[in-house]
Formats: sequence, C-alpha cells, structure tokens
Amino acid sequence: MSDDPSTSADAPTSADAPTSADSVLPAGVERRTIGGEETLATRGEPVYGEPTDGDWRAWNASRSKLGATFELGMETGLAGGDRVLYLGAAAGTTVSHVADFAGPTYAVEFAPRPTRDLLAVAEPRDRLFPLLKDARAPETYAHVVESDLDAIVQDVATRGQADVAVRNAQFLADDGRLVAAIKARSEDVTADPEAVFDRAVDRLGDAYEVLERRRLEPYHDDHLAVVARPR
Amino acid sequence: MTDSDADSGWFESVPPDDLEVAREVIENGSAESPKDWPKQAVEARFAEDKDNYYDRLHEAANYAARETVKERERADDQQLKHSIRAMDDCERTANELAERAAEWAGSLFADVDAGIEGAREVATRQPDTEAERRAVSLAERAVDLADEAAAIRGFIERTAPSVAPNLAAMAGPVLATRLIALAGGLETLAKKPSGTVQVLGAEDALFAHLEGRAPSPKHGIIFTHEYVRETRPEDRGSAARAVAGKLTIAARIDHYSGDLREEVHEELRDRIATIRARADADEEGDR
Ligand SMILES: C[S@@+](CC[C@H](N)C(=O)[O-])C[C@H]1O[C@@H](n2cnc3c(N)ncnc32)[C@H](O)[C@@H]1O
Repeated sequence: MSDDPSTSADAPTSADAPTSADSVLPAGVERRTIGGEETLATRGEPVYGEPTDGDWRAWNASRSKLGATFELGMETGLAGGDRVLYLGAAAGTTVSHVADFAGPTYAVEFAPRPTRDLLAVAEPRDRLFPLLKDARAPETYAHVVESDLDAIVQDVATRGQADVAVRNAQFLADDGRLVAAIKARSEDVTADPEAVFDRAVDRLGDAYEVLERRRLEPYHDDHLAVVARPR
Repeated sequence: MTDSDADSGWFESVPPDDLEVAREVIENGSAESPKDWPKQAVEARFAEDKDNYYDRLHEAANYAARETVKERERADDQQLKHSIRAMDDCERTANELAERAAEWAGSLFADVDAGIEGAREVATRQPDTEAERRAVSLAERAVDLADEAAAIRGFIERTAPSVAPNLAAMAGPVLATRLIALAGGLETLAKKPSGTVQVLGAEDALFAHLEGRAPSPKHGIIFTHEYVRETRPEDRGSAARAVAGKLTIAARIDHYSGDLREEVHEELRDRIATIRARADADEEGDR
C-alpha cells in the first residue's frame, strides 16, 4: 500500500514480508530512542505531554492498543499515507499518531467531552477529520467518509465491538484492512475473555476474513487485537 | 437534506465557505453507502482538486464538531441547575427528618444526638419494638438523603469545572453552579450586567428596595464568597462589586471561549488585596 522510499529497507511491500517486529511498521512509524527509552515514534505536534526528540514524538504502547499491536510485531498491513477510518477516537491519543503517518484520517467519536480534546489534536493535522458520530450508525457519516479506504482502526471498548466492525466494513477497499482491539470486559465482565474473543471473531466472520489474532498483554490486559480483511 | 439526497455527499448543496450550512449537513445528513467523495466533489466543482477538498473538509468537520461540543456542554449547565436544586432539597429534607428522628429516637433510646450525625448513629441501633424499628428506619432515610446530597455535590464538583472553568475556579464549583442556576443558565448569566450578578439571590431584598421599603442590597448569593464574607463590613460593598465584576467576565469567557484565563483571577486577587489593605491602613492610623 506504500512505496515511500524514506522507509527502512526491509519495510513490507507485500503480505509475505518477514514478521520481525520492525519489518511490519508502516512508513512514518519508527523505533527510536527518546529520553533514554526505546519506543515507537511518529513525527508530528506533541499531544499528551509525551517525550519528544526533535520532530519525533514517543508513542506509548501502554496507552494505545494500536501501539501495542505494532510493538507485538503483528502484521497490520497499515502503510504510510493510508486513508483511514478510526472508530473510537476519544481524546485523540492514538489517532494523533495514525494521522502522523497516514493520509486522510476520519476520526469517529460519539462522546462530546473527549471530542473537545480531539479537536486540539485535529487542528494542526490538516488531514485529520473529527466526526462526532455513533460508530454503530455508519449511514450517519457515509456522506462524509469516502469509500475504498485502506484501513479501519477500531478501539470502541463498548458492547458489540465486532458488530461495529461488521457494520463499517462497507468503507473498506477489497484489499483493505481492519485492525481492531476487542476489550473482553466491554462485552461481558464475568465471562472468560477467550470465550468472549471467540464469539467476537466469529461475528467478524460475517464480513471479514480474520488474518491474525493476538492478545495485547503485557501492554493491555484482556484485550485482543485482530487483523482482518473484507470478505 | 431530503430523501433524494440519500446518495449525495455532504458538500453537494453547501455554498462555498458557508460553514453553518456545512455543519448542518455533516451533522444531520446521511447516505446509504460511501462513495468516492473527493472525486465527486471535484467533479461537482465544490473543490478545485482533492487537496483543496480535504482542506475544506478539515475546516468544515472541525467547525461542526467544535460547535456541537460547545452546544452539548452548554446543555450541561441545565444539568447543573437541576442538580443544585436537588442537592438543596436533599440537604434540607435530610436535616428535617434527622431532627424528627432524633426527637423520636430520644424518647426510646438513651444518648441520642441531634442532626445527621445523630441520625447516623441511631441508624446503627438494633430495634426491639415496632416503635424502635420505625424510628431507626426513619433515621436511615435521613442518612440516605444526606448521602444523596453528598453524591450530588460530587457531581457538581466534577461537572462545573468543565461547563464553566473560569467561573468554577473563581467562585468554587458550588457557588458557580448557584449563579448559573439563579440566572437560568450559563448563557443568560454571561449576558447579565455585573450589577445584576452582584445581587443575584437577593431578589426579595431588591424587590423591597424597588418598592421603597428598604435600602438597595449590596450583595446576593456572592456573599458566600470568602472575598466578600471575610472583608470587613464597611468595605464589603466594594468587595462585592469587584467580585461580581470579575465573575461576570469569567462567565463570559466560559460561555464564549471556554479556556482558562489566569489574568482575570489574578486581577481579582490584586483588587481584593487593595481593598483589604484599607483596613490595615486604618488600623495603623488608629494606633
Ligand atoms: C478505549 S477508548 C479509545 C481510546 C483511543 N482509541 C486511544 O487509544 O486514544 C473508547 C472510545 O470509544 C468511544 N465509543 C464507544 N462506543 C462508541 C460508538 N458507538 N461510537 C463512537 N465512539 C464510541 C468512547 O466514547 C471512548 O472514547
């Protein structure tokens, strides 16, 4: 999805690229040493007081499910310049990094309070579009969000997470990717997380082919990351 | 948007640079399925090219979200209004019931204290008779109401700073909320002259004054502000005027922009320090 020459030599250009951690990072996301710590980083305006080094800002995997997904070496298929639909943007912690490396990024969030902070994140990022919408009702933003997107990144952490992903599949290009975090406790506090994950993956099957699933420990407890492509 | 627009992009009927219309369509419009909107917008001559389209979308989406967030947060001022009234009702009723419970329990048990704390203690007793059961139960209701009042206060303390950050910082969340409730909302408060804000909550005294039955009130609810209350009586009028003036400005900043402005708070601190310095100077003179 990207042929940005600025990326490291072993950046993946096809699905069968090697799976060592660095090889799967999109162009624009790098592993750097900032403030003495090795961390993922993107280039952009600082957002939440994260450590910086010149233009680079640290991307803390413990505060971001997508960050953790990269840290764990999952092959997301995300690439620099991608057009992205981000569901559950909250105050913009993660979506700020996404907008740093991606192209046009639509950020859906339905709660007004975090959206206030999201606006501050979107202001200096001219290809980040905040949308105060309910991700369960894609028809309310289908007149704004374009079709054939490269990726949907989802972190809604409310009941019916797989359902949200299924309903939004219509925005993806045939070779697009869903990168979703599923929080077990949002579905069922008492059930065994693995059982919850199995049910969610099963529901995703209605619209997607799941390529990889993996739990996000030690960064996030009882969360599953899923990479999938539309059926 | 009408049904025939079901498959058009948000930009279709938006005049260039009309952010209000753009906001209305982004918010209330819909489509059955997404399309290649950047391409269609260029074809429809809404934008010169895709880059220009994204620039416009960025501007419109930010504007729409910002205005709506503001509107929804404003609606929170109405929640504050209900909550402060409910808190007052709960406190008043809790005290009344606690008094009644103490009187009743005092006729049944030894060592019954008055007030909510007394009721709290009565509520822990083991009743033996039907009458004791009723008295203890009544004490429990009083305690429950007092706890509810405390919970509502917590809600106010969390909500007021997000609805009116400057007002809450200057007056404290509870007094800020009382002012908002007395005015009927943050917007109406922001539009009141500071002379009115100064006497909000002293409506009865003001009415008496207007009928010629009393001197004009120097302060209303803002008397509870420490800057007024703890200033000596002869300077209280000046303090009340200064506090009301800055609270009015704080309410306007909160309504129109919403960011915390340290200068206003500092100006008020300086002004009060000057007023209180008079008292010190007088004392010096007396010596
Ligand atoms: C775990 S937080 C997201 C954190 C964010 N992704 C980050 O890493 O910076 C989940 C967010 O999803 C939002 N959300 C939940 N359900 C939603 C829905 N149906 N539509 C839109 N947003 C939703 C919540 O309001 C919350 O802000």
